[in-house]
Amino acid sequence: MANKTCTGAEALIHCIHQHGVEYIFGHPGGAAIPIFDALVDSPIKFILTRHEQGATHMADGMARATGKAGVVLVTSGPGATNTITGIMTAAMDSVPMIVITGQTIQSMLGLDAFQEADVVGISYPAVKHSYLVRNVNDIPRIIKEAFHIAETGRPGPVLIDIPKDVSGAVFEPNYNVEIDLPGYSIPTHGDTAQIARCADFLAKAKKPLLLVGHGAVISDAGRALKLLAEKLQIPVVNTLLGKGGFPETHELNLGMLGMHGTAYANKAVADCDLIMSIGSRWDDRICGKYAAFCPDAVKIHIDIDPAEIGKMIKPDCSIVGDARLVLEELLSMARKGDTEDWLAQCRKWRKQFPLKYGKQGGLKAQYVLDEIYRISKGKAIVTTDVGQHQMWAAQFYKTDSRFHWISSGGAGTMGFGMPAAIGAQFARPDALVIAVVGDGGFQMTLSELATAAVNKLPIKILIINNKYLGMVRQWQALFFENRYSGVDLEGNPNFVKLAEAYGMKGFRIKRNADVSKTLAAALAYNDGPCIIEAEVEKEDNVFPMIPAGSAISEMVLEAPKKAMAKPVGST
Amino acid sequence: MANGINGINGMNGTATKLSVIESKGAKAIPSGNQHAISLLVNNRPGVLIRIALVFNRRGYNIESLVVSPAHNGKFSRMNITASGEPKTLEQIIKQLNKLIDVIHAKDHTDEVTVEKELALIKVNCPSDKRTEILQIAEHFKSQTVDLSESTLMLQVTGSTEKLDAMEMMLDKYGIKEMVRTGKIIMARGSADT
Repeated sequence: MANKTCTGAEALIHCIHQHGVEYIFGHPGGAAIPIFDALVDSPIKFILTRHEQGATHMADGMARATGKAGVVLVTSGPGATNTITGIMTAAMDSVPMIVITGQTIQSMLGLDAFQEADVVGISYPAVKHSYLVRNVNDIPRIIKEAFHIAETGRPGPVLIDIPKDVSGAVFEPNYNVEIDLPGYSIPTHGDTAQIARCADFLAKAKKPLLLVGHGAVISDAGRALKLLAEKLQIPVVNTLLGKGGFPETHELNLGMLGMHGTAYANKAVADCDLIMSIGSRWDDRICGKYAAFCPDAVKIHIDIDPAEIGKMIKPDCSIVGDARLVLEELLSMARKGDTEDWLAQCRKWRKQFPLKYGKQGGLKAQYVLDEIYRISKGKAIVTTDVGQHQMWAAQFYKTDSRFHWISSGGAGTMGFGMPAAIGAQFARPDALVIAVVGDGGFQMTLSELATAAVNKLPIKILIINNKYLGMVRQWQALFFENRYSGVDLEGNPNFVKLAEAYGMKGFRIKRNADVSKTLAAALAYNDGPCIIEAEVEKEDNVFPMIPAGSAISEMVLEAPKKAMAKPVGST
Repeated sequence: MANGINGINGMNGTATKLSVIESKGAKAIPSGNQHAISLLVNNRPGVLIRIALVFNRRGYNIESLVVSPAHNGKFSRMNITASGEPKTLEQIIKQLNKLIDVIHAKDHTDEVTVEKELALIKVNCPSDKRTEILQIAEHFKSQTVDLSESTLMLQVTGSTEKLDAMEMMLDKYGIKEMVRTGKIIMARGSADT
């Protein structure tokens, strides 16, 4: 585009489009009107959401389905503050996102103008970086920097607050600007000497284990990881967000570890003599009691973020770098140790302690998820909310490829699943996208049903309806002597009728016998979104379970007969 | 700002608060766990808050803070002294370095550096004590920068320990006010700070 005068808003939209952005999610308001005006003449498609939080989760879902930053545009004040939950969700899970907020005119900043909020100030602890644009000439540079920051290194959200007089100002933009980020460097290749040390440790280990985190997924380390695991014959466990980093159906994969991980994964963690984390941050969900976490095992930590090294676990060997590049270099140096007995032991555990659920009694959520996995041949992009259904989905919907598992891990944001599915479906129009949600979380953002319906997105919304806030109820049942408090979701709507009210198709599953048939019908339905309401057993619990803050050895495989001690961990 | 930067919280009060005599045990003697941290940062609004938040989140109290434009005006130098667990500080330094606006952050504890501080001390000084106080002042190579019927203002520079020692010597005369710049640090020789 030849240089000519335009508004700041037009330059902003031009820069975003130049970056390859196809969709912007958001909600308008007074302070953002110049930017919305610029969208009229842009090829970018604007998706109007019903709430700003929904917009952030859609952008997040899109980003997790593509690896590219999702973009959000909202107005000032409440419009901007409504994005904070979504921004924090993205930050906790290292998801690239650009959030543009309108702002009151500069002369009114700090004077309590209508719909004024110091959103940059509010955003500080939740962003990778944030900008308040004070000079219209800075727009091309800031947009370039924002995408660079959001998408490189350890990705994260960037907020750009634009006062209305800046977006409305007319200027002659110079798009040939360089980014100016002297304080930002991106680790790439790891230190070769450390990688060689790592190779030595691996060759010596008798019971080694690879721990795959979200970083491995983000850096596209899957291929190198598979080659490494196969070459060295090392079993693999993954975190909740590491699903898809290494095929969960691979014979070396033991599934998810941690609080609700598989028993065989956790047994392997407890017994290994070497554990190598590839882009995981040794989160409290997976380590439980830190003092008791693999005390005698060699710990190797590969991470792109130097601040993660030594934060929770003191590693014996650490490599700061991009997971894929580090693994590729490691692959050339790594030598196979003797892991035969260890693999045999892992196979034994897998046989001895499989994931299981009762086939008797009422409808089991696990059975519904098991079936949807079978019917969709494990090919779907699955998004989830947070709670029991999320853990069951993680256990029973095995993920084989990158970008196919989209779940709020670090933040644990209820209401994430359905809007994230919308974002993922926009990004991957031909993919089968299933949102697995609970009746609690779903109602936090259900207004986005309109967004799904109006855009005729064929997402399948599977509501695991147990009429409770199930995970909290589970804790109250196990640790608080069944003293239920604030968990009864009395007053749930009829979800099938709710679907119909939005002009969508609704399915209901009440009995085991209906599961396969109804799921098959729902998955085959492609004239827009549909809701599948599964009325499951009300008081089922997720197992295995390691109580928060406990050692892995304290894992319980089924409901204990007597009350358990209150967990010492935070949540 | 939630962070307890010395003095700032106390300044929100009234005139009576300002007239409180600053004396005796009002300040903690620097402990062995005190760290001298230097940062080179972008010279932009908002940078200080981002840095303060990192300290605050980990429960670290900032004891002194000096900010000034660097030789290249695009950047600012910050010198922070803070005390607490070394392990926590290591994590804080890493998190500071993670901030986009921080070019680098470094802990200079146990390094060979030049460290200086300046203080202005207004001490009660009736005419019969003047000679005595001036002798103390001379001992610490401080300068008299103001004089009134009943007070004397001294300017002293040097290490934190020297300033502490002078404060202690003047305490018995009654220190009306004292303000210290906080420590500024520079690496010796050709090393970068």
